[in-house]
Amino acid sequence: MKIHEYQGKEIFRRYQIPVPAGKAAFSVEEALKVAPEVSKGPWVVKAQIHAGGRGKGGGVKVAKAVDELKAAVTKIFGMTLVTHQTGPEGKVVKRLLIEEGADIAAEYYLALTLDRAASKITIIASQAGGMDIEEVAAKEPQKIFKESIDPAVGLRDYQCRALTAKMGFTGTAAKQFPDILKKLYKVYWECDCSLAEINPLVLTKQGSLIALDAKINFDENAVFRHLSYNEMIDPNEEDPAEQNAKKFDLSYISLDGNIGCMVNGAGLAMGTMDIIKLEGGDPANFLDVGGGATESKVKEAFKIILQDEKVKAILVNIFGGIMKCDVIAAGIVGAARELKMTVPLVVRLEGTNVEAGKRILADSGLAIIPATGMKEAAQKVVQAARGGR
Amino acid sequence: MSILVNKQTRLIVQGITGQAGSFHAKMCKEYGTQVVGGVTPGKAGERIEGIPVFNSVADAVEATQANTTMIYVPAAFAADAIIEAADAGLAVIIAITEGIPVNDMVSVKNFLRNRKCTLVGPNCPGVITPGECKIGIMPGYIHKPGRVGVVSRSGTLTYEAVHQLTTLGIGQSTCVGIGGDPVNGLSHRDVLQLFNEDANTDAIVMIGEIGGSAEEEAAEYARACVKKPIVGFIAGQTAPPGKRMGHAGAIISGGSGKASDKIKAMEKAGIAVSKSPATIGETLASLMGKR
Repeated sequence: MKIHEYQGKEIFRRYQIPVPAGKAAFSVEEALKVAPEVSKGPWVVKAQIHAGGRGKGGGVKVAKAVDELKAAVTKIFGMTLVTHQTGPEGKVVKRLLIEEGADIAAEYYLALTLDRAASKITIIASQAGGMDIEEVAAKEPQKIFKESIDPAVGLRDYQCRALTAKMGFTGTAAKQFPDILKKLYKVYWECDCSLAEINPLVLTKQGSLIALDAKINFDENAVFRHLSYNEMIDPNEEDPAEQNAKKFDLSYISLDGNIGCMVNGAGLAMGTMDIIKLEGGDPANFLDVGGGATESKVKEAFKIILQDEKVKAILVNIFGGIMKCDVIAAGIVGAARELKMTVPLVVRLEGTNVEAGKRILADSGLAIIPATGMKEAAQKVVQAARGGR
Repeated sequence: MSILVNKQTRLIVQGITGQAGSFHAKMCKEYGTQVVGGVTPGKAGERIEGIPVFNSVADAVEATQANTTMIYVPAAFAADAIIEAADAGLAVIIAITEGIPVNDMVSVKNFLRNRKCTLVGPNCPGVITPGECKIGIMPGYIHKPGRVGVVSRSGTLTYEAVHQLTTLGIGQSTCVGIGGDPVNGLSHRDVLQLFNEDANTDAIVMIGEIGGSAEEEAAEYARACVKKPIVGFIAGQTAPPGKRMGHAGAIISGGSGKASDKIKAMEKAGIAVSKSPATIGETLASLMGKR
């Protein structure tokens, strides 16, 4: 789960990680109203969207005086911001962060994330801040410093000292950095993050460190024990179909193609997308109805797939284990009738009670195209999608 | 012969009084698994499908000499259940539960580090040695006793592969679902090693998916140590970056975890990678035919 920069900075404030004075605004008027409360200027106006590369896309502007502030706020609020992470369609800016300006002497990178191979949380730090860290890691890996944390004893002083030395901090910054490290680890652990990133961490001309940006992702598996996280969801950032799917405990991701997919199990769902592509088609979505799909779940899944106007054909691929094929077949027939489905529907069933399932489909009188095996199913649905509705 | 579980396995079920726990305890018992007990705190003395229930894993082990557990405890309490099982000395811990917080698993993994127990999962279908012992949620009847080991991060995609094998008349020694979470117990590499050292496994099917680098590490191990033929498949070749594809661990992030990198690493290690999920069985059959 992603949150906005201003929300991340509120968390930093709570854990006493230094951040610039700033306030969020949800309109041009509000932005101009909060600006004097933040500072006398200069200000930084920052578009709040869940994507990186905002500066390059024109979503971050510095304003020295009130007229410049007005111009910046008016320009950024409501703009469609396109960055390398938004896709070509971009994101409309509906939230701003107004901050005091900082005198930047140098920019650094600091993040905590999971090292999957080690099963440990790892600090990633670099003097090459403000840049795309993945690019730094690929081109100049020697500039990246890592330190992994033993969960039993937590982040230790000696580890902080080692990193401070590698980063080359002196004076006030050398005292501040270990403190920021420990607090960021506390944020990561207590808030169940999957990423806590400060890019850039800035050394000011006055010699102190401040978090100029905040990127926090939460572990979706842990949201249940942080009820306040639901309030941090920005509906503008969520795909409405994906949100709707979540309500029914379906895992749905929309894609660009025209073949809707309904599959049980995440791995098989990905495999189904892959084989559609191999057979020359393009999947419109990933949709896992889960191991225990019921008739009502199947119906909701169809509704979600059909809301996508790009969909020209649907492939249902079910490997019935505990979930029996005849039960699923009844669900498919019921849903297809109720929704008056006109899109060609290819169904491949395999597993428990498969013969009974196939008979239900055949006897339904509906124009369901049966398929045996994943390859045949993919070929049939690709052909159906080409034929149009 | 087989790996991890067999006829001698004595199984308890943690979370046996829950809906999933009781249903699957029954299914495993019907398959022939020795289900000797169950655990739900506060429910000692009850019987589920004739299986005695205990308050703690320690009590269950003392009374039944169980050596293996299958966990259906809800996600919020599952980390505790795994640690309890390890502390009670169980040798094999199979965690079916989905949705355990990642930080909980980081702590669990650390706790298990110097202990003599093997964790499989979480968020996995379980482990089956066909004809001997089924522990988990997989449909038993699609399997056939034989000499091919199967290891996978997925559930139904594994059933798909197993079904292809069985249809071709190729039986399995053991099928291990290692789960779709970013922090889990046995890795692909670990299971490859177990199969490599198992005298009754002649060939291996390894099914991976996008996210992380476990398949690359397994490929490196295969290249260096495994002489048995391996067939591979990676799901998510068409998955977009930055999106979690159902499984918590199935996400391409920061340029890592891509299917293409995994396939490349596997091919470099001499693994026969099936591009299509429909030809996993065929690929193995032709590989074994050649030998």
